Amino acid sequence: MNGDRVVDRDRPALADPAQRAAVTNSAVAISGASKSFNVGTPGEVDALVDIDLVVAAGEFVSLIGPSGCGKSTLLRLIANLIEPTAGSVLVTGKPAARARADQDYGMAFQQAGLFDWRSVVRNVELPLELKGWDRRRRRERALEMLALVKLDEFVDHRPWQLSGGMQQRVAIARALAAAPPLLLMDEPFGALDEMTREHMQSELLRICAEARTSVVFVTHSIPEAVFLSHRVVVMSPRPGRITHVVTVELSPVRTVDTREDPYFFGKITQVREALRGLGASTDDELLIEQASRASHAKER
Amino acid sequence: MRLPVTDRRSTPAQHLVRALWPPVVFGVGLVLVWELAVWGFDFQPYFLPAPTKVGEAFTSNLNLIREAASVSGANALAGLLFGTAAGVLVSFALMRFSVLNDMVSPLAIAVNAVPIVVLVSVFNNQFASTSEVPRRLMVTLIVYFVVLVNVAKGLRDVESTHLELMRSYAASPLEVIRKLRVPNAIAYLFTALKIAAPLAVITAFVAEYFGGTQNGLGYRITSNLATSKNAVAWAYVAGACLLGLVFYVIATVVESLINQQRGASPKGETS
Repeated sequence: MNGDRVVDRDRPALADPAQRAAVTNSAVAISGASKSFNVGTPGEVDALVDIDLVVAAGEFVSLIGPSGCGKSTLLRLIANLIEPTAGSVLVTGKPAARARADQDYGMAFQQAGLFDWRSVVRNVELPLELKGWDRRRRRERALEMLALVKLDEFVDHRPWQLSGGMQQRVAIARALAAAPPLLLMDEPFGALDEMTREHMQSELLRICAEARTSVVFVTHSIPEAVFLSHRVVVMSPRPGRITHVVTVELSPVRTVDTREDPYFFGKITQVREALRGLGASTDDELLIEQASRASHAKER
Repeated sequence: MRLPVTDRRSTPAQHLVRALWPPVVFGVGLVLVWELAVWGFDFQPYFLPAPTKVGEAFTSNLNLIREAASVSGANALAGLLFGTAAGVLVSFALMRFSVLNDMVSPLAIAVNAVPIVVLVSVFNNQFASTSEVPRRLMVTLIVYFVVLVNVAKGLRDVESTHLELMRSYAASPLEVIRKLRVPNAIAYLFTALKIAAPLAVITAFVAEYFGGTQNGLGYRITSNLATSKNAVAWAYVAGACLLGLVFYVIATVVESLINQQRGASPKGETS
């Protein structure tokens, strides 16, 4: 157990060969990345400053912090949905744009984002269609994924006929359909009730362990972050930066008892203390939200 | 006959009967009151003919009414088809060239703000007096705007999560159109058709009041009133109601298609 440690920002990135090797084998390697919106205008906002983060293959990393700390922006940077203002983002050892083109990651959002005009199984097939898989192969794979998230009885249903938790499971099946080495999730369980949420957390761990997927997971919930992660990355707002990294060493197989474990509680306390005093004003949150939306609209 | 409301295992026939008896009872009652009022207050035929007289006029003029209905119905249908095709084509063009959108959309709304049906007299002036084209053109124009506004909205207003998702798949612009924008717009097209179908048939009637050939239901109503054949005029009104009903059923079938596909139909706009 390492306890929390402040990220060492003075260390030059990728200096020694051993570290460089670790980076090329990593799921995500971000060095010196910053993101500002509305650059050169009076409305300029620094959403992220000087981010260094390496996610090892097979690792589960959560991003947590008060609203406006840029955790969603960081996730979109990894997904190459936005470009960094400075610094570099490598995903599975390649530049992020290349990784996106190769569909090296699957993504899930707070809204399931399913297509209402497609059946459940055809929703899961979507990324495979775009990859050019033939009909038979993608149907086979989609059914396999739906069995994995235990929805094999609902393949021909329409998304709007399913509950919120079931829709989110379809979204996870879709994100994993092309067997990406990396899964990016932006508060995927945020809209679910507590019981469903805990169930989904256990399911996600089981599925990712089976598929050996690395995960970057944005959340507001401290217990969720601790329960799921190998490492919890704590971020602060104004501007968004990484302040603490809390390593969690729970047994790989989490059970109901895990949530009662004193060690689990200890880690929750540790993350809470790291977060203390990082409160963001709602103004900041709004500002970044608006700036980010405006820049999205422009890219569209 | 009242069926017990608690009967849950009703057959479709029973269900139909339960859904139909209130309007049927109401309709029959209304006609009965009408009939009694005409006899009781001794209304003159020019004021209000009795339903029995209208019924007689309807059966004795059945072939003429059917002919007139087929003329008006064909105009409405032709306009509905052409207007829909034109609206869909132009909304794609608007999606492709946003400059065009900025130019055309305010114009579409402005044009719709005036009672556009009067344009039919202008069209009548441009074509031969025996031509059905002016009326069809009128229906086409009305339908076109409804379809254009709604389909353009369907192509444009896709959820931002869906767009981000497609972007995360590195989908090409063409794939985004084919797999996201077009399927999204189809529900909007159905909504537009639901609004446009009854509108088409109304426009077809009204267009006949502005001159042109003298063979449709709208014209027959006015001409029979002008010659004091009121019962016959009312028989043509009944024919117009039936034709309107046909288009209404088309619209309802279209709506149930959307609901099967989407769970709920998106809200439509008329301008």
